[in-house]
Amino acid sequence: MNIKGRWFDWFNTIFLTLVGCIMVFPLLHVLAKSFSSSKAINAGLVKVIPVDWTFVNYKVILADTSIWRAFLISVIITVGGTAINLIMTASLAYPLSRPEYSLRKVVLIFILITMIFQAPLIPNYLVIKNLHMLDTLWALVIPSAISAYNLFIMRSFFVALPAELIDSARIDGASEMRTMWSVILPLSKPVMATMGLFYAVSHWNSYSTALYFINSRTLYPLQLRLREIVLSNDLGQAESLLDGVNEVSPAGVQMAVIIVSVLPIIIVYPFLQKYFIKGMLVGSIKT
Amino acid sequence: MKTSKPLGRQRSNFRKYKALYFITIPGILYFIIFKYLPLMGSVMAFQDYNIFKGFTGSPWVGLDQFRRMFTYTEFLRILENTVLIGLYDILIAFPVPIILALLLNELRKVLFKRILQTIVYLPHFLSWVIIGGIMIGILSPTTGIVNQMLNAIGIKSIYFLGEDSYIRSILVGTGIWKDSGWGTIIYLAALASVNPELYEAARMDGANRWRQTLSITIPAILPTITIMFLLHIGNFLDFGFERVFVFVNSLNEHKGDILDTYIYRVGLIDQQYSYTTAIGLFKSLVGLMLIMIGNTLSKKTSGEGLY
Repeated sequence: MNIKGRWFDWFNTIFLTLVGCIMVFPLLHVLAKSFSSSKAINAGLVKVIPVDWTFVNYKVILADTSIWRAFLISVIITVGGTAINLIMTASLAYPLSRPEYSLRKVVLIFILITMIFQAPLIPNYLVIKNLHMLDTLWALVIPSAISAYNLFIMRSFFVALPAELIDSARIDGASEMRTMWSVILPLSKPVMATMGLFYAVSHWNSYSTALYFINSRTLYPLQLRLREIVLSNDLGQAESLLDGVNEVSPAGVQMAVIIVSVLPIIIVYPFLQKYFIKGMLVGSIKT
Repeated sequence: MKTSKPLGRQRSNFRKYKALYFITIPGILYFIIFKYLPLMGSVMAFQDYNIFKGFTGSPWVGLDQFRRMFTYTEFLRILENTVLIGLYDILIAFPVPIILALLLNELRKVLFKRILQTIVYLPHFLSWVIIGGIMIGILSPTTGIVNQMLNAIGIKSIYFLGEDSYIRSILVGTGIWKDSGWGTIIYLAALASVNPELYEAARMDGANRWRQTLSITIPAILPTITIMFLLHIGNFLDFGFERVFVFVNSLNEHKGDILDTYIYRVGLIDQQYSYTTAIGLFKSLVGLMLIMIGNTLSKKTSGEGLY
C-alpha cells in the first residue's frame, strides 16, 4: 500500500475512534453519575468514573412501585407489539415479493401513498376514539402494527432471495404456506431479527402515543413516567421520590432511572446484533 | 367460457395462489382502517368540526381554517421554525451517516470495525426522553460538564436551554448524535453488496482507493442515497414531535416550537380539531409536493425514484 493510503488509514482510525468516544461519553457520564453521591454530583466532580460509590440512587427507584408498574407495561407493549408487528409485516411483505401475486403493483402503491401522505393527528385520534381504544394499551400497539418503511425493507429482502428456492419447493409439492414457513422464514432470520429490533426499540422508546391516547396514570408506560421524573423542570417529581431519604440528589436518581430504562435493550442488543451484522455482511463474506 | 381470456387467467391465478392473497388481508385492512380512514376524516379541515355533531352534522366552511392559519402570526412563526429546523436537518444531518458509512467501510481491521459499529449504533436505542434527560444534565449551567469545561478555559456558564439562540443547534445536534450511527446500517448494507471483483479490476487498472471510492463505491450506493433522500424530504416538515417536545420549554419555544408540538397543544389539548387538522393537511400536502418534485428530478437525472 502506498504512503497516501497509510496516512488515510491512520486519519480514519483516529477520527472514527473520536466519533466512538463522542457516542459513548454521555452514556458513561450518566452511568458514573448514577453511582455517585449527591455531594460529588453537585460539586461537579463526576466525569466518567463514579465518585464516592453508592447504590442509594437505585434503592430509591426500586422502592417506587409506579416505576415498576410502568416498566412492566412497557415490557408488555414491547413484547406483544413486536410480535404483532412481525406477523403483520411479514404476511404482507412476502406475497408482495412474489411475481405470482398479481395485485402487487396496486397494493404497493396503496401502501406508498400512506407513506407520503399521512393523516393529521386529530383524525387519527378520532379513529382510535371511535374504535374505543382510547385509554387502553391497544392504542399503543394496533395503530402502529405495520410500518410501511419496514415493510419495504423486508419485501426487498424477500425479493433478493433466489426464485429457484420457491420453484424447487413447489416441485417438491409444498403448499404456499409451507414454502413460506419452512423455506423462506428460516432464511429470513437476519431481516426478521433486524425488523424485530426496529419495532421493539420503537415500542420501548415511544412516549408520544401514550401522551396522546392514554389518560390513566396507571397505564403509563415507562417513558412517560420517566418524562415526569427526568424532565420536570422543578425536579418536583424526582424529589417526591426522595421523601425521607437523606443524602440523595434528584440528579443522581434521574441518572439511575435512565440507566434502568436503557438496561433491557442493552441486554438484548448484543444477541440481535449478531443477526443484523450478519445480514449486512452477507455480500462481503466472499472476499 | 364466456369470460375474456385475461380475466379468466386472473381468476385461476387467484385460485392457484389463494394462500398468498389470503394472508395479505389483515395487512391491507390495517392500512385501510388506520391510514385511509383518518385520511378521509381529514375532510374536517374544511368544516367547523363539532365532536357532538360529527362529520355529517358539522357545518362546512370551505377554506376558512386555512385562511385562519395564514393570518395568525403565531402560526407563521412556528412554520418558519419548522422549515428552518427541517432545512438544517437535511443539510447537516442527512450526509453524516453516508460519510460515516464510507469511512467505516474503509477500515481494514474487522474487530475494530465491529466494536465501532456497536458503539455508534448505541445512541439510537435511547428514547428522546432519555436523551433529553442526558443532554439537559450535560448542558446544565451549574452542574453540567460542558459548562464546567467552558469555565475551565475562562468562559462564563451558558444556560443553553434557557434561551432560544441554541435550541435549533441542540435539536439538530442531538439528532445527529442519536441516529447518524444507526443511519449507516442501510448504507453499509448497500456497500457490502458491491461486487468485490469491481475493486479488483479497478486496482488492476491502477486506481487508488480514492479513485475506487469515486468510481465504484459512490455509484453503488447512489440509489440507496437517492431513496433515503426522497423519503427524507417527504417528511421535511415532520421533524419529530418526540424530539422537540422534550427540549422545548417556555424560554426557548420562540425558536424551538414546531408544527407538531403546536398541533398537539392547540389541537389535542385545546381541542381546536378542525384548525389543527387543516395545519396537518397543509403539512402533508407540502410533503407530497416535495416528494413529487424530488422524484421527478431524480428520475430525470439518475433514473432512480421511489415510483
